[in-house]
Amino acid sequence: MTDVLVVAELSNGEARKSTLAAIAFAKVVADGGAFDILVIGEGAAGAASGLAGWGARKLLRAEIEGGYLAENYAATVAEVAKGGGYQVVTAGATYYGKDLFPRVAAKLSAGIASDIIAVEVDGDTRKYRRSMYAGNLLGTITLNTDIHVVTVRQSEFEAGDAPGGESPAEDVEIAVDETAERIEFVSLDAVESERPDLAEAQVVIAGGRGLKSAENFENILEPLVDTLGAALGASRAACDAGYVASDLQIGQTGKVVAPNLYIAVGISGAIQHLAGMKSSKTIVAINKDKEAPIAQVADYFLVADLFEAVPALTAEIKKLG
Amino acid sequence: MKILVPCKRVSDPDNANKVKVSADGTSVNTEGLEWKPNPFDDWAVETALRLNENAATNEKLGEIAVATFGPAEAVQQLRQFLAMGADRGVLVEATDEQLDSWIIARGLEAVAKAEESELIVMGKQSADGESSAVGPMVAELLGWPCSTGVMSIDVESDGKLLIRREADGGVITQRITLPAVLTVTDRVVTPTAIKNGVTPADHKYPESDSGRYASLKGIMQAKKKPIDQKGLDALGIDTAMTSSYGEFATPPARTGNTDFVESVEELVQKLHTDAKVL
Ligand SMILES: Cc1cc2nc3c(=O)[nH]c(=O)nc-3n(C[C@H](O)[C@H](O)[C@H](O)COP(=O)(O)OP(=O)(O)OC[C@H]3O[C@@H](n4cnc5c(N)ncnc54)[C@H](O)[C@@H]3O)c2cc1C
Ligand SMILES: Nc1ncnc2c1ncn2[C@@H]1O[C@H](COP(=O)(O)O)[C@@H](O)[C@H]1O
Repeated sequence: MTDVLVVAELSNGEARKSTLAAIAFAKVVADGGAFDILVIGEGAAGAASGLAGWGARKLLRAEIEGGYLAENYAATVAEVAKGGGYQVVTAGATYYGKDLFPRVAAKLSAGIASDIIAVEVDGDTRKYRRSMYAGNLLGTITLNTDIHVVTVRQSEFEAGDAPGGESPAEDVEIAVDETAERIEFVSLDAVESERPDLAEAQVVIAGGRGLKSAENFENILEPLVDTLGAALGASRAACDAGYVASDLQIGQTGKVVAPNLYIAVGISGAIQHLAGMKSSKTIVAINKDKEAPIAQVADYFLVADLFEAVPALTAEIKKLG
Repeated sequence: MKILVPCKRVSDPDNANKVKVSADGTSVNTEGLEWKPNPFDDWAVETALRLNENAATNEKLGEIAVATFGPAEAVQQLRQFLAMGADRGVLVEATDEQLDSWIIARGLEAVAKAEESELIVMGKQSADGESSAVGPMVAELLGWPCSTGVMSIDVESDGKLLIRREADGGVITQRITLPAVLTVTDRVVTPTAIKNGVTPADHKYPESDSGRYASLKGIMQAKKKPIDQKGLDALGIDTAMTSSYGEFATPPARTGNTDFVESVEELVQKLHTDAKVL
C-alpha cells in the first residue's frame, strides 16, 4: 500500500488532461493505498472542484497567483509531500512536470523516474519502465529513497471515466522560496486553436519539410486535419522553418503522441521523429520517396506527391460522410 | 561572464536504433556505435559561445568551462567542445554505473562553486537517458533560478536575461537574474535566437542544425587547453545513488509489414474497412 500525491497541472483555472494520466498512474501504484491531489496555481479552488469526482481521498488547494514558475511552486509541493507522508509524488511528464519535478526531487533529496511509460508493483518494490535512446530501448529503474518522484507519459496512462463522488477539499499553506525573487513570469503566448490537443487527439496529422511553406500547411494539410477533426503536428524541420508553431513538434525533443491514427505527410521519419509517434496504433505515410525511413513504422505507405495526394485524400474521406 | 557547460557523451544518437541489450538484460550494449557529444549539449556550448562573444569582432567576453562526468575516454568529447571555443575542461572520472541524475547534479553543484560560475548552460536532456532532470536539480541545489527548454535569450542592459522557453500550449517568457541555470533546446541555435547586447543586434548566425564546427586552428588550440581531471571522490560529495537501472529490453517491434498502396482510393478503402480508423 502506497500513499500518492498527484500534483495537478492547471491551465486557465482548469486541470489539464495530463493530470488525469497522473491520476491513472496513482491508482495503479497506490495498490490499495490512497491518493490526494494537490491543486496548485492560479484558480486552484475552481480547478479543485473540477477534480472532485476522480476518487481522491482529498483535494489540497494551494492558490498561487501569477503565471507558473517552478521556483514558486516547488517548495509548497515538497512541503506537502513531506508533511503528508506520501511515498510517491507524481505529475504528467509535460513541459510542466519536467520543469517542476526535478526541483521538487532535489528539495526532497529523492530519486526521480522521469517520463515513465509503465509501473510494476510487487509488494514494497516499485519498478518504473522508461523509454530511452529515442524510443529504441526500455529501461527499468528503481528508486531507493523514501519518497519517489515520478512523472508519467500522458499517452501511456488512460484515466477512463471519473468514478464520481465528491472528494473533500482543504487549503494548504504556501511555502515561500527566496529563489523565486530572481525569476519573473512575463507572459504566456498561448497558441489558440480550435483543434484538439496533440496529446489527447485520436487522430494526428503531421507535416514535414515536404510541405515547403506555412501557406501549404494551411491550404493543403489543414483541410484534411479539419475534415478528420484531427490534431495538427509537425516535424522539427517544419517547426524550425517556421511553417508552424514550435509547440506542435513531435519527437524526442517535442511531444510524444500515440493516437489511433497518425498520418505523416512529407516527413522522412528520422529516428528522433519516430521517438514521438511510433506507439501510434495505425501509421500512414504519404511520401514521394519509397525509401524514406518512415517506412520502418508505417502500416500504410502511399508513395505520391503530397500536393496531389492530400487534397484528393480529403475529398475521398468527405465522400465517406 | 563565467559560464559552465555540463556535457555528456552519448552513443551515436542518429543510430540509436542499433543499441542492444546485453545477453543477461541488465546493461546496454553500444558496441559498434561511436561516442558523440550529446547534441543538446552541443547546442548549449554554442549558446555559451554566442553569449560570450562579439560576433562582429570575434572578441571574447568571458570564460567558458565544460565539465563532464564519465570515463577517462570522455576526454575526447571535451576536446571537441574546447575546439569549438570553450576555454577549459573538467573531467570527473566515474563509470556510468556510479552515476545518476542526483550525483551528477551534486557534482555539478561542487564544480560550479569551485569555478565561481555565474551561469550554467546545459542541454534540456541527454539523448540517451532522456531524463531532463539534471538542470532543475542542480539549480535547486545551488539555490538558483532555472529556465528549461530555452528557445531564445536576450541579455538586457542590467544583465538580466529575457528568456523564451517551451511550454505546454505555447511559449513562456521569463526574466531571470544571474546566477542561474538554463537548459536549452535546438531552437536556441537558430540565426537570431541569442542577443547578448554586444554583438550587433542585426547579426545573423548561419542556419545550422548544430553548434559551430571547430576550425583547424581551434582543434590545434584545444590540445593545449587545460583539462582538470579528477575522481568523483575528489569532489567531496555524497556518492550514494538514488536510482538504478536493473533491466533493459527492446520495445516490441511494430507488427506487420508496410502495405505500399497505389492510390488515394485504395488507401481510404483500407483505412476504412481493414484498419477501421476512418
Ligand atoms: C538531438 C536531436 C533531436 C531531434 N528531435 C526531433 C524531434 O523531436 N522531432 C523531429 O521531427 N525531428 C527531430 N530532430 C530532427 C530530425 O533528425 C530530422 O532532421 C527531422 O525530423 C526531419 O524533418 P522532416 O522529416 O520534415 O524533413 P526531411 O528529412 O527533409 O524530410 C522531408 C520528406 O518529405 C518528402 N517530400 C518532399 N517533397 C514531397 C512531396 N512533394 N510529396 C511527398 N513527399 C515529399 C521527402 O521525400 C522527405 O522524406 C532532432 C534531431 C536531433 C539531432
Ligand atoms: N554525465 C554527465 N556529465 C555532465 N553533464 C551531464 C551528464 N549527464 C547529464 N548531464 C547534463 O544534464 C543535461 C540533462 O541531462 P538528463 O537530465 O540526463 O536528461 C545534459 O544535457 C547535460 O548537460
